Amino acid sequence: MSEADLRRPPKWRLPTEWLGILPFVAFALLFLILPTMKIVVGAFQSPEGGFTLQNMVDLNTESIRSAYWTSIKLSLITALLGCAIGFAMASAVVFGGLPKRVRSPLLTFSGVASNFAGVPLAFAFIATLGPAGLVTLWLKTEFGINLRAMGFNLLSFWGLVVTYLFFQIPLMILIIIPALDGLKREWREAAEVLGATGAQYWRMVAFPILFPSLLGTFALLFANAFGAVATAFALTGPQLNIVPIKLFAQIRGDVLGNPNLGYALAFGMIVITGLANVTYIVLRTRSERWLK
Amino acid sequence: MAFLDLSNLEKVFGTNRVVKDFSLGIDKGEFVSLLGPSGCGKTTVLRMIAGFETPTSGSIHIDGQDVTAQRTNQRAIGMMFQAYALFPNMTVADNVGFGLRVKGIPKPDRDARVTEMLQMIGLPDLASRFPFQLSGGQQQRVALARALAPQPRVLLLDEPLSALDAKVRVSLRNEIRQIQRKLGITTIFVTHDQEEAMSISDRIVVMNGGIAEQAGAPFEIYNNPRTRFVAGFVGTLNVLTATVENAEQGLVSVEGQTVTLATGAITGRKGDRVALALRPEAIRLGRDHGRPIVLPATIEEVHFLGSVIRVRVRVAGTVVALDTFNRPDQPPPPLGSVAEISFAAGDAILLPD
Amino acid sequence: MTRVFAWTAFLLGVLFFALPLAGMTEFSLKMRRGEYSFDAYRRVFEDQRFWDTFSYSLILAGATIVFGVLLVVPTAYWVRLKLPQARPVIEFITLLPLVIPAIVIVFGYIRLYNTSSVLPLTGSALGTDVLLTMGYATLALPYMYRAVDTGLRTIDVATLTEAAQSLGAGWITILARIILPNVLVAVLSGAFLTLAIVIGEFTMAALLNRPAFGPFMQLLGANRAYEPPALAVIAFAITWGCMGLIQLVTRFSKHERAKV
Repeated sequence: MSEADLRRPPKWRLPTEWLGILPFVAFALLFLILPTMKIVVGAFQSPEGGFTLQNMVDLNTESIRSAYWTSIKLSLITALLGCAIGFAMASAVVFGGLPKRVRSPLLTFSGVASNFAGVPLAFAFIATLGPAGLVTLWLKTEFGINLRAMGFNLLSFWGLVVTYLFFQIPLMILIIIPALDGLKREWREAAEVLGATGAQYWRMVAFPILFPSLLGTFALLFANAFGAVATAFALTGPQLNIVPIKLFAQIRGDVLGNPNLGYALAFGMIVITGLANVTYIVLRTRSERWLK
Repeated sequence: MAFLDLSNLEKVFGTNRVVKDFSLGIDKGEFVSLLGPSGCGKTTVLRMIAGFETPTSGSIHIDGQDVTAQRTNQRAIGMMFQAYALFPNMTVADNVGFGLRVKGIPKPDRDARVTEMLQMIGLPDLASRFPFQLSGGQQQRVALARALAPQPRVLLLDEPLSALDAKVRVSLRNEIRQIQRKLGITTIFVTHDQEEAMSISDRIVVMNGGIAEQAGAPFEIYNNPRTRFVAGFVGTLNVLTATVENAEQGLVSVEGQTVTLATGAITGRKGDRVALALRPEAIRLGRDHGRPIVLPATIEEVHFLGSVIRVRVRVAGTVVALDTFNRPDQPPPPLGSVAEISFAAGDAILLPD
Repeated sequence: MTRVFAWTAFLLGVLFFALPLAGMTEFSLKMRRGEYSFDAYRRVFEDQRFWDTFSYSLILAGATIVFGVLLVVPTAYWVRLKLPQARPVIEFITLLPLVIPAIVIVFGYIRLYNTSSVLPLTGSALGTDVLLTMGYATLALPYMYRAVDTGLRTIDVATLTEAAQSLGAGWITILARIILPNVLVAVLSGAFLTLAIVIGEFTMAALLNRPAFGPFMQLLGANRAYEPPALAVIAFAITWGCMGLIQLVTRFSKHERAKV
């Protein structure tokens, strides 16, 4: 190469590498991003096409407010219970001195159960805790306990809570067991050598380390419950006023009388699940950074 | 009774006797290394002293007190781990102060002690950093400070240098030794690296298969190994096979050369085989005044290591390693050339079979 | 003491999970008054709609899996090999289907691809089928991508590619003969998971009005008493089967690697 060649700036080449992910990007755009954007934009559009906040304002009806509140309550409670019970079971398996052979079946079953949601799950619970369900009848014949008289009705808010737990608890177990495994044995030993009791170790070391994972998984469970449609539809149908059901009805046939209100409802859902998931991701990144 | 007294310790896991009848007495302020290959039981002994494992039989006394059944968190010992084990959710300062916080020492006193410890390890500016922001060497030094902050009676080190880079390993082991000397704290150091053990220990205990094969100062262990295992594990060992000529007079022959060992040094009849062990520094390349036994040899490998040249020669049917110092006017011998090696009978270590 | 608590927590949990499964099984056998029988199952299997919707969902699942593999494997490979800087963006995209509820996504499809848009997919049955498949692919994307990416991580993609190129292989050959076989286990895991997701999916299929298995189950649930639990048993068995196959496949691969 001559000196002149060396002094010339390198030719700008087309970044052909980026073509490699073109199919993926196209798919994501067409079937994920654009549809979502359509909703987001539509939430702020009037029927004529102009920008408006009216749809947001129209959300402020008794029925819709109640739907959001019920959804939030449902998601909070199932997330909380799912976290607590899932944590208890996961710690029992990892730390509780249970035989090692228990762990693998639990993980497999959790994988199955966390995917067994929707219509069949509703059927299973109706067959168990419904008016003619296995447990309902057994309690009545064996113990004389009448669930209905006690106020429990499967086809209601609390029935949905119990049903949701069937996939929330396993999801918690699946996510938290690796986090519990990550608690290195040496940390416990180091704490012990330095004079700490078991309770002190948990309070000062283990729980603070686990906290981001716990909180993050709580957020994930919350989002998971908030967006669930099929189980609720199959179990309580139109009886229970929650946002996904309302949106479902609105999409099927404009029951709200205002097509753009559907957009606003969906937008509200995106905001809430989005926030919860961002929380989860942020917290998980943070805990991974510590445990590097 | 010694300050740290281990009597007849035994540990059985299932059907596996990992530690068999281990006894050792360590004086206050002494630095003792447990040296041995993987699976020899050295870590198990350490963990029994710490309290993580309960001895199947035997006892442990610290400063006259029987701690065999005592819980770990009551033994007032300090420990360093191979994987550092710093608490990732706490800053360096909080890590170092952990033992004090658990004891209930008020914050101002805690902070003063933490500052003092950070000064001692030479990292006063890292107090508010988190472990993931530190290098391996820094983390291990913080671990040292954390272990020493509550002023333990005994310091236990479980292969603390194994996870570090070579250079850091050397500088850190010296630092640990210096701090240990200054504080006068009784220390047990577990390692599989014999160079590490020899360079910083007051005494070494060489372990194999759950028992202590030999205990003594590094000089003693290196020059007077009592078993074949110790001789081979510590330092490089060359073994020549000699034939007995006259056991009473201590005469053996190797390659036609007669070697006069000390009378009564060997037993056996004429014709028996005996193992003569020699350290690399005891063998000279070429003839040397004071090394009367001369054998012919062929140069097989030459490794120029800088100040030392390690030459491997074939002699008497086996390959032997010898060390010679670098001399600018004497280039290393070419491969395949024939040479002579010489050694003195007194340098030969007799190994039992 | 801890052990008592641990066993209690564990056994109570097991009870909570076992009861609904027991309930649905027991109920499904009670169709004939007074005795246990498989009548409910027989009714289900005699119902032509069962076979129609089940095969429909099965076909769509197959299409989703094929499409997913063809999309994800080359993309994950390319990102790992040539575009590590694109990784965070791609990973973010693969997490989106977990953030945005399925009902919102399908709502977007209906509004975006209706008969008056540039791509009038909902205008025809085939078009809607394609749309539904894309929707399923979107739902399965996070799992498929993560499985394949993990599989790629365990093989040295760069070195294998260079070796193949030095022997004269082109991109398609590399992907088909070298990369794919080595991540087959991961791909199969993703495939079985996709199958489980698609078979049971309800929301998208119902709102797009397609004759899938999920809406069929729901319809039966609204009208019949004993067939729904039988369907639930079948659905659970399928999900369990898929997970079991994933386990089998991963365990099989460990043996393979050990031999090498």
